[in-house]
Amino acid sequence: MTTLPANRSFNQSSGQLKQFLIYAVLITGAVVVAIPFAWTLSTSLKTPQQVFTFPPVWIPDPIAWWNYPEALSSQPFGRWFLNSLVIVLVSTFGTVASCSMVAFAFARLRWPGRDLCFLILLGTMMLPDQVTIIPTFILFRELGWVNTFLPLIVPAFFARNAFYVFLLRQFFMTIPLEMDDAARLDGASHFQVYLHIILPMSKPALAVAALMFAQFKWNEFLGPLIFLNRSELYTVALGLRTFVGQEYGTDWHLMMAANIVFMIPLILIFFFAQKYFIQGVVISGVKG
Amino acid sequence: MRTDAAPSLAAPWRKRRTTHYRRAEAITGVLMASPWIIGFLVFVVGPMIYSLYLSMTRWDLFTPPRWIGLENYQQLLFNDPTFFQSLKITTIYAFVGVPLQVALGLVLATLLNQKIRFLSFFRSVYYLPSVIGGISVAIMFRWIFGTQFGLINSALRVIGIEGPSWLGDPNWVIVSFILMSLWGSGSSMLINLGALQNIPTELYEAADVDGAGTLAKFFRITIPMMTPVIFFNMVIGIIHALQEFVLPFVMTGGGPADASLFLVLYLYRNAFQFFQMGYASAIAWLLFFYILVLTLLIVRSSRAWVYYEGAIRGR
Repeated sequence: MTTLPANRSFNQSSGQLKQFLIYAVLITGAVVVAIPFAWTLSTSLKTPQQVFTFPPVWIPDPIAWWNYPEALSSQPFGRWFLNSLVIVLVSTFGTVASCSMVAFAFARLRWPGRDLCFLILLGTMMLPDQVTIIPTFILFRELGWVNTFLPLIVPAFFARNAFYVFLLRQFFMTIPLEMDDAARLDGASHFQVYLHIILPMSKPALAVAALMFAQFKWNEFLGPLIFLNRSELYTVALGLRTFVGQEYGTDWHLMMAANIVFMIPLILIFFFAQKYFIQGVVISGVKG
Repeated sequence: MRTDAAPSLAAPWRKRRTTHYRRAEAITGVLMASPWIIGFLVFVVGPMIYSLYLSMTRWDLFTPPRWIGLENYQQLLFNDPTFFQSLKITTIYAFVGVPLQVALGLVLATLLNQKIRFLSFFRSVYYLPSVIGGISVAIMFRWIFGTQFGLINSALRVIGIEGPSWLGDPNWVIVSFILMSLWGSGSSMLINLGALQNIPTELYEAADVDGAGTLAKFFRITIPMMTPVIFFNMVIGIIHALQEFVLPFVMTGGGPADASLFLVLYLYRNAFQFFQMGYASAIAWLLFFYILVLTLLIVRSSRAWVYYEGAIRGR
């Protein structure tokens, strides 16, 4: 990519070459990343005959937009969308509410065992869910919660995703303690400080947590697979699987249309809230 | 993992507090942390203990569990070639795929950090695959890896190469999974990019004065300064990779010939298809220990290759 600089003009042209190479690599990479999306979109707009052609066609003719209504009506898609929406919204609320409160306790209050608890909490971030999936399944089965949304929602209210506690705690620590003191002198309780001072000041961090969790929940697969086995209860993520068949037997055009519909909320959220996503990832990585 | 020291402990403003205040604070603290404490006991500790018990029983969910001691573990460790097959391919996937992913993420981040134009565009494009969940990726790539009309083999055929049966050939299927995981290097790219911007520019300026070239700077400054982040990406990446489930479940169902039977898929099969809850719990525990041991090994090895800037100053 580079050699030792010999003189100024050589240095300049090698600088240009370097620039050129950087852009070449970056653009190639971006194209490679984009191809699967483009191919999915393209396939979703093809007639069945066009799907199996060689060489592959990128721009379908005719553009079979009717694949979308067909795919969506071939399965109870509207129902699944609603199910996903309910699960995502309620559990995201639960996660943000419980994790922010717990994070406040870790960041701002002193209580016996706090530091030990925080260590354990960090440890649970490393703990694979799979270790507890069987007993958790049995627990919810005993409670009669199989084929309800409760197993997918209730744990969220108990700060089960420790990562968000960690994320919010890191953020709360950056808020000056004087804020609390002033409110305390005015007679506010700790809980009021949390509710009226810390939460309003932490909107960006709460947004990061909510968006990251909502995205995770929309994509969640193993949980719905285990707890929901009646098709009218499926989430979109779980329902997508019903399109999967053999390479030849699958209605690829319908499956890709369904897949696009599944991705749209994720991509929309991502583009409108990019800066939050990027913040979240960076906080989790750099401060971890 | 470094945690910022809590500012509260030594803060002088605490001194004026009476014991009454401190008690009230402690009570509020425990109360406000109680959702997590309860959740931890009910959804983590309880299930773990129960799962440990189950792993020493034979249980089909319908008749009462029967205590069999360590038989499940004996069977898994000494008499179950399928378990070792899944251990093997899961390990290959994690230990080949994740380092490649991390390396690619570092290279991309370094390129993006060169004061280029359209930075936010490139950053978004590269990160986009990480936003899309496993099920969606699985469906996309199942089509792309198709033998006859898959995009990759069609492209290869254009230049006269007959591509392999990516997902149908036991030798290629794990390669396909690793290639697919590289497509998701964006999250490691993003973390790296954030960290790169924290490297003091003086280091590079000093290197420029000494006449160091781009590669020399990359290997002598960037990589050493980035080792904590590389380490973090590796640990998180490997823990995730060892738990891969959706991709094999949807794309191959573990086949062909168990060549993509990832550990969690094997666990799922035993638990929810064969209804061998005891055996599946034993798999879960072995997986847990495996992840624990590997993580500890990486953490231990990190002392030799991870450079913490703060470490010199002491803690």
